[in-house]
Amino acid sequence: MNIPFVRHRLDNGLEVLIHADQNCPIVAVNVWYHVGSKNERPGRTGFAHLFEHLMFEGSQHYDKGFFHPLQAAGALLNGSTNADRTNYWEVVPSNALELAMWMESDRMGYLLPALTDAKFENQRDVVLNERRQQYENRPYGLAGMAIVAALYPPDHPYHWLTIGAAEDITAARIEDVRAFFQTYYRPRNASLSIAGDVQPDEALRLAEDYFGELEAGEEPPPFTCTPPEVRTSESRMVLEDRVELPRLYLAWHSPALFAAGDAELDLVAEVLASGKTSRLYRTLVFEQRLATEVAASQNSREAGSFFQIVATAAPGRSLSELERAITEEIDRFIQDGPTAVEMERCRAQAESQFVYRLQTVGGFGGKGDQLNAYNVFLGEPDYFDRDLARYREASSAALQRAAAAYLRPETRIVLSVVPKGRTALALVDAQPAVVA
Amino acid sequence: MAVDRTRLPEPGPPLSCNFPEVRRRTLANGLRVCTIEHHEVPLVTCFVLMPIGSSQDPGHQPGLAAITGDLLDEGSGDLDALAVHEALGRIGAHLDTEIGADATLLELTTLEQYAPRALELLASMVWNPRLDPRDFDRVRELRLSRLVQLRDLPPAVADRVFTQLLYPEHPYGHLPIGTEEALRALTIADVTTFHRRVYTPKNATVIAVGDASHDRLAALVAGAFGDWASPEGVDTDLVDVASLDAPPSPAGRVVTVHRTGAAQSELRMGHIGLARSTPDYHALLVMNMILGGQFVSRINMNLREEKGYTYGARTSFEFRKGPGPFVFQTSVQSDVTAEAVREVLAEIKAIRGGRPVTAAELELGRAALTRGYPRNFETAEQLGRAAVQLALYGLPDDYFTTFVPRVLAIDEHDVTRVAEDHLAPERLLTVIVGDRDKVGPTLEGLDLGEVSEAAIA
Repeated sequence: MNIPFVRHRLDNGLEVLIHADQNCPIVAVNVWYHVGSKNERPGRTGFAHLFEHLMFEGSQHYDKGFFHPLQAAGALLNGSTNADRTNYWEVVPSNALELAMWMESDRMGYLLPALTDAKFENQRDVVLNERRQQYENRPYGLAGMAIVAALYPPDHPYHWLTIGAAEDITAARIEDVRAFFQTYYRPRNASLSIAGDVQPDEALRLAEDYFGELEAGEEPPPFTCTPPEVRTSESRMVLEDRVELPRLYLAWHSPALFAAGDAELDLVAEVLASGKTSRLYRTLVFEQRLATEVAASQNSREAGSFFQIVATAAPGRSLSELERAITEEIDRFIQDGPTAVEMERCRAQAESQFVYRLQTVGGFGGKGDQLNAYNVFLGEPDYFDRDLARYREASSAALQRAAAAYLRPETRIVLSVVPKGRTALALVDAQPAVVA
Repeated sequence: MAVDRTRLPEPGPPLSCNFPEVRRRTLANGLRVCTIEHHEVPLVTCFVLMPIGSSQDPGHQPGLAAITGDLLDEGSGDLDALAVHEALGRIGAHLDTEIGADATLLELTTLEQYAPRALELLASMVWNPRLDPRDFDRVRELRLSRLVQLRDLPPAVADRVFTQLLYPEHPYGHLPIGTEEALRALTIADVTTFHRRVYTPKNATVIAVGDASHDRLAALVAGAFGDWASPEGVDTDLVDVASLDAPPSPAGRVVTVHRTGAAQSELRMGHIGLARSTPDYHALLVMNMILGGQFVSRINMNLREEKGYTYGARTSFEFRKGPGPFVFQTSVQSDVTAEAVREVLAEIKAIRGGRPVTAAELELGRAALTRGYPRNFETAEQLGRAAVQLALYGLPDDYFTTFVPRVLAIDEHDVTRVAEDHLAPERLLTVIVGDRDKVGPTLEGLDLGEVSEAAIA
């Protein structure tokens, strides 16, 4: 299984990946910039994402909004920012490929001449509303901020979420936009994929014509950060929120994306909490009815990941009951490892997920997006097979070792989210959480 | 070669969309089977469509159809709840159950090699679920907890209040999850009786799409579902929502739901719209694209891109078997709630004639619907969902191939006419979930009818 492609590097450093798939008369154009909220600095958080919004507001040679001509051509389009990267894509009818290339190249090369104060201020308001809608006005919406703020010290770039602090977004200045563009939105810091109903020669010619003329610019400064110190004692926090059911979050530092142990912890999360037969669901929700829901995830990122377990208390049950039951299940997993049946199941799930990922050329997670992910993070767009092998070859002993190494009680962060005014429902000794 | 940046490249003409052949057959037990070949990826996706949505809930039992659908994968045949999921997990199958107003839809995706086992499990769930009292009790508790949690989720509160007030005493007047009172009163016997009555092969359509021939797909379905027999002497008539009268449409009004300190107001504005069978379907789709159906629509451009009030705003017609809602929805900064409402009202009035649709808007609305049409049929799941639409709403087989020419035949007059006929600014129900202290005083003088406050149900 793989995603076959042609690869070419333009003189200005832009990587071009082309995958032909004639199933449907559509093409996905996808651009990754290797910049995210981890390239921000304290006091200016949320900037990479705010910048992403401005990429949709028009560029020098077509300054009437990015959406209009593309939606008129039948495109679906979007973009997103996370800690490590920013991506943009459009899925167009195959005979509108040139339009998509024109538009993407224009904003890569010529965004700043079209930038105005009015656009900047408007999108700052939009982002502040996005923050209100997705975080402030949503139950448990601030928990993620409290978790990363506790896991990473203030000067570490994973200390804040990509959405950033409201006061930082408000404090952003248009000059910051110019500097950010000059530094990071360069062909050499980007990867372009074209996936779908195309002739590779033709697609490559369009890439050279439209993107080849863009200035290479300077190499962006290398990303550096000091890894957080290894935690030696548990840390307990409490956050009051407008919720009815208390919720418990457990989080640990874990190996970076693609590092040894990363895939294993992904599978540990699967065994612990994916589906009704998973250990935590079975114990907490099914048998003991302590929780209404439980989830586990290995949140993989370039400069270090975190493993998280989240469980919501059933009415009348306490977070300390949840904590005890979860800790027992982790201890048991560390002691005995996964069973043969669990290994069979989690491998089957992982393998079928890889096949499911081959279904679509575009959008978040489509084949074009995957090629860029492997290329930007590893420089190896053909990593699909080896990525699958990480999961196929993970042994039950390796899962057990990874859990033993990373999911220790003395290194965890524990956050209790409780109804406002009900801090007594938190685990004992919890300190008020810090949220920006 | 230097490219010309003085003008945008013209896309080519709209690409024709050849929907793949759908083959149909009916099994001896009355179950309808649709098959579609799709050989791109070695997968099979199978849908079981039961026209059993929340609108089939008996009047005093809102939530019955949904909890019944939820119990299907909680044990069937020889397998208890955990064993069902163990069996699905071992073949890497992915199961999803959706319950809407008109239907319950089960979707199962699996590698082609495991399709026989997967379909066997799926069939067993649908017609032979255990409906064990202990599982019922556990699932009901989870649903009650979910209802408690939804009280804190502004979009869910807004949807609930909007739905209840829009459709009083009507099968569309509640959300599928139902109410706490009704859920508490339900028994496993209610579920068993309901399942026996409406989950019959004559009511079911199975749609299998994937990397296998029509014959093999059909044989897989027949092998799994062929022995499903209709229970004797059971009334299988369903409520015909399409034939019911819509509730009376009162004058417009504004209902607020208080939420102390809310960072935003969650808004719904709308009224009862049209059924899927309306002859104005295509014209309404075009009109909605222009009004609020896409990013570059009038309402989103106004509220988001000009004013910065919101992260996004949209309108939609939900076309159902009976008349579904027309609704505008957004979440706006609290202090501009009244301004946002006023702008939306102005936009709804304008598209009815005050500021009629322009040729450029018409072209954009039609193009967005037609030029992008092929991408709706890329994956097995998309093809299967398309076939679900055909089956659920009784659409003709050439529906997808005639879609593009029918949309392109819509002109400015059609758009203005359907806006005049089917948008009713004087009958808008406006629901605002937000902070009374910040929003309340600003609502004076809105031309939207009486303002009242509702409690969170």
